[in-house]
Amino acid sequence: MTPVDFGRGTLVVRTRALSLRLDTRTIVTTTVFLALAVVVLLLSLASGEAPIPLPRVVRALFGGGTAAEHMVVVDWRLPRALLAVLLGAALAVSGAIFQSLTRNPLGSPDVIGFSAGSYTGALVVIVIIGGGYYQIAAGSLAGGLTTAVLVYLLAYRRGVQGFRLIIVGIGVTAMLGAVNTWLVLTASLNEAMQAATWGAGSLNGLGHDQLWPVLTVTAVLLPVTIAFGPVMRQLELGDDAAAATGVRGGTARLALVVVGVASTALATAAAGPIAFVSLVAPQIARRITGTSGVALIPSAALGALLLGAADLAAQRLFAPSQLPVGVMTVSIGGCYFVWLLLRESNRS
Amino acid sequence: MSTAREAAAPGLVGTNARRSLWLLVCVGALVLVLLLGIAVGSKNIPLRTVVEALLHHDDSGDHIIVWQLRLPRTLLGLVTGAALGVSGALIQALTRNPLADPGILGVNAGAGFAVTLGVGFLGLSDITGYLWFSFAGAIAVTALVYALGSVGRAGATPIRLTLVGVAVGALLGGVSTGITLLRPEVFDTMRSWGAGSLAGRDGRTVLVVLPFVLAGLALALVAARPLNAIALGDDLARTLGARITRTRVAVITAVTLLAGAATAAAGPIGFVGLMVPHVVRWFVGPDQRWIIPYTIVCAPILLTVADVAGRVVLSSQELRVSVVTAFVGAPVLILLARRAKVSAL
Repeated sequence: MTPVDFGRGTLVVRTRALSLRLDTRTIVTTTVFLALAVVVLLLSLASGEAPIPLPRVVRALFGGGTAAEHMVVVDWRLPRALLAVLLGAALAVSGAIFQSLTRNPLGSPDVIGFSAGSYTGALVVIVIIGGGYYQIAAGSLAGGLTTAVLVYLLAYRRGVQGFRLIIVGIGVTAMLGAVNTWLVLTASLNEAMQAATWGAGSLNGLGHDQLWPVLTVTAVLLPVTIAFGPVMRQLELGDDAAAATGVRGGTARLALVVVGVASTALATAAAGPIAFVSLVAPQIARRITGTSGVALIPSAALGALLLGAADLAAQRLFAPSQLPVGVMTVSIGGCYFVWLLLRESNRS
Repeated sequence: MSTAREAAAPGLVGTNARRSLWLLVCVGALVLVLLLGIAVGSKNIPLRTVVEALLHHDDSGDHIIVWQLRLPRTLLGLVTGAALGVSGALIQALTRNPLADPGILGVNAGAGFAVTLGVGFLGLSDITGYLWFSFAGAIAVTALVYALGSVGRAGATPIRLTLVGVAVGALLGGVSTGITLLRPEVFDTMRSWGAGSLAGRDGRTVLVVLPFVLAGLALALVAARPLNAIALGDDLARTLGARITRTRVAVITAVTLLAGAATAAAGPIGFVGLMVPHVVRWFVGPDQRWIIPYTIVCAPILLTVADVAGRVVLSSQELRVSVVTAFVGAPVLILLARRAKVSAL
């Protein structure tokens, strides 16, 4: 039997239990993204107040080097650099899920009000209750999850339909946005600036304490999400077509929403609502890999690279002033995305 | 985005005769709401005095309040409301995206960025200064978005315009945030500007933005027919004889004029442009020739009701209209969305 020509190189893996058809270009680009992410990770381990040459960074990572180098590289810099990469991947995955679910390139967890809700939660803690890092994280998590559940329930009427979810999300997000504006206006300048820094999303001051929970949750979420990849493809065809191929639309959609929200919740609790990674990473990845829809694994790899690079820039560009990483994500991701769109249009 | 069945839903009001009748009802409601806008506030003025003041102006206390404070504010609500609503309807029709609001072409981001620069580096400090800066910023950024989006042979397709707009908007927003976080005094000014308000603007502001808004509304009404064709997709529209590029340029010019002028006069006010066209579409169906006139009438109703509510809901202080609008409008939007028959784009 002659293999079907899809016009793209594919690798076919067949074993007794498993048959995989892998797109060559997707594999190559994903590998490149991951390799670049590792390079960025190493660079952010090497740079800082006290620069350390790369070979010695690598030696320190594997247990060699002086005690001081080991402390700087492994204890101080590694947690933050790893967090940037992991959270970037989590955000990108949740963006890819929501863009696929709503079949809308503007889709993101914001659609069901998550970001607005978590900002409200954080603002309430900062402005009204008062509290430190953990209280703010808890507040934002509670706010985001409550909002997401509320939007889902409000949009539920014999199943959740994409368009209704979007409209209800718009309404609830607008109300929370109004509350946020009002809270920022009534707060003192100091509190308002603290809130704005948090709202931009920042990895400043994160360390080992945040790394372990994030690692654990990612280790659970990532395999689950990847397992849902094929289901997502089917759902993109519409509920009827998906049902015909054996996918239960309602259940699968709920599961995807839960995974998507959990990924964002993780990032938001750790670092605040880092805007834009979830929006732009799936779109950039789609354009580079040349796939027809947004894909999970390339998006995750690109998200990791993007947030890692943005955090490196945020730390070093205006040093000693430390900008929130969210500001950098927007600048780097935005510029690159515009360039990509321009190049794409020049070709076609 | 929408299945054929949804798109064909005619709306709640099925015939043109009924649509005309309901439009008259809405105009009546608008007049009533505008009179309320003049009458209600920290000092309530009886409706009869309001009408008297409007018709035979003398120098008594109530008449001065009506002419100096309430009338400019209410008229500003009327003008910015219509402008925001129609620009939202246009951008949703053009991009065929229900999430699109006027901000998607970078209007708000451009205005905010220009005002941030003005406040941060040129020492701008009064509303008149903000007005021209934000207007110029909005126009410049929208032009940039259109230019970037229309590079290449395919031209400014809706999807590319949307993505470029979001990217440029986010980029400028990020830079503005960066500047304000490094300069607390700029931050303080910008958090106030960022919450749009109708208060404290004099009659001149209305007169300055009025020509731009009128021009934008006229363009919108002319573009309504070709927009109907564009809703079917670019290829089909072309076979029906619509001129796609010309319509796109006209619509984007209209959106820039309308949203730019409204943002310049009142600061960013979200949600009106997003919500009113949706609600109107469910009511009258997907025909832009009805959606746009209805939006012109209904958007100011929402904005004025929100402004009045903001004046009376707290006794100690006024709430800004940008804060109240969502609370007045969102429950209506959600209730309507839960209805069984919604017509998508």
